[in-house]
Formats: sequence, structure tokens, C-alpha cells
Amino acid sequence: MAERPDTDALFRALADPSRRKLLDQLHAHDGQTLYQLCEHLDMTRQGVTQHLNQLEAANLVATVWRGREKLHFLNPVPLQEIYERWIAKFEKPRLKAIADLKKRMEKANG
Amino acid sequence: MARSTFVYVTYIRTTQQRLWSALTTDTEFMKQYWFGTQCISQWKAGSPWKMVWPDGTVADTGEIVAADPPRRLVIRWEHQAKPEIRGEGPSLCTLELETIGAAVKLSITHTIERDPSKFIEAVSGGWPKILSNLKSLLENGTAVLTEPYPAGQ
Repeated sequence: MAERPDTDALFRALADPSRRKLLDQLHAHDGQTLYQLCEHLDMTRQGVTQHLNQLEAANLVATVWRGREKLHFLNPVPLQEIYERWIAKFEKPRLKAIADLKKRMEKANG
Repeated sequence: MARSTFVYVTYIRTTQQRLWSALTTDTEFMKQYWFGTQCISQWKAGSPWKMVWPDGTVADTGEIVAADPPRRLVIRWEHQAKPEIRGEGPSLCTLELETIGAAVKLSITHTIERDPSKFIEAVSGGWPKILSNLKSLLENGTAVLTEPYPAGQ
């Protein structure tokens, strides 16, 4: 573990669909091994390992050894910081209105 | 064995000693980042521990299982206030502090021997806000959130 992860590393880590999928998987079921995570992904083991390393470097994933197993946990603390820095301070009611409008439009189209 | 766990990690630019005090003995400081809540204990292995909400409700009770200041703290933690959670029994909360460069890595592991767990669900929603507040209070001198669920959310 080198130095404190910065905001760039955090956004870079999020800017990839496979890594976001890994976060979704951990959200659905926390504390998985590499083997378990690979089961549901169309990716090589090495690919998953690399993505997990990037997520861990950005502090979005925390790992714990249990015996010989390395378990991966979703760490939402940096997401809370993004939320406070980039979302909470902007006007929420308007954001909600736009989100509702988008939902209605998409529903109408589909 | 069925078990629910979460692991939260944050890096705070401070010293281990300062962070240890913020998490234990400095209850006035704690109230600022924990939305008025305080945890009261002697912070020694075997001492009782309790969490008191701003209205005076004793929300959680337990004891200090291990204390190795300013490195590691283990709390046996049992919820008391909400009937639907109280029945779940004790959980174990481990706080670990480690200096990495100019920051302190704080890891919090909270485990209960059941799955699913309403208790783990409840505390897992609270910890990120508390930790985020603690970080900005230690680094910048101000807490971002003054209440856990601001109006409009």
C-alpha cells in the first residue's frame, strides 16, 4: 500500500464498466473471493485481478484475509465523499425533477 | 457459519494518537462528527461501553474486548433501542489504525454471527457518513453533514 488514494484514482477506477460491475457484485453479495467473483464475469482471472487491484488502490474495495482466503468487501466511504463533494451541495430538488422527467420520458419511449 | 460483515476503510491526514482520541475519549469531538451521539467507556479491556443518542437514549451497550492504543480497539456491541434489531444479539466491531505516509488508515470491521442481519444493514448505512464527517473534521476543522438525514433526501 503506497500513499493515500486521491480523487483522480477514484474517478479513474469508476470509469470502467467491468469495475463498476465488480462493485455491483460486491454490493449484491459482500465479502467474496476472487474465485467467486470470476464465476459471474466473462473475464479472465488475470483481468479480474487487475481490476480488483485498481479498485483497491482507489479504496473502493477493502480486502481481509480469512485463513487462506482473501475476501473482497465493497468500501463505500469514498463514494460518500464524492456524494458530499459533487452532489449534496447542488440543488437536490432540481436534480430530482430532472431524474423524474428522464424516467417518465424513457418509460414513454419504451 | 452464517455471518454478516462489512469492512470500511478511510485514510485521514492526521496522527494515530489524534484519531484514537477522536474515536474514544474525546466525546465532545465525537459529538461533532457523530451527529450528537457519544460513546462512553473507560476504553480498557473489560470495561463497559455504551452509545448514547443526543436525546439520552442508550442505543447500544457492550464492552471493550481489546484495547491497544493507538492501534487497535475491539468492541462487543449489542443494539438495545430498536426492538426489531435488539433480538439479533452481540456484534463485534474492530477498529484498526495504521500510519501510512502522511495519513492514518482507519479500518472498521463489523461482524455479527447471522445472515442476513438488520443490525449490519443499519450500521452499514451510518458508518460512511460518520467516517466522512470525521475525516473532514480532522483534516479541515469542519464536518460536512450536521445531521444524518438532511431535509430533501
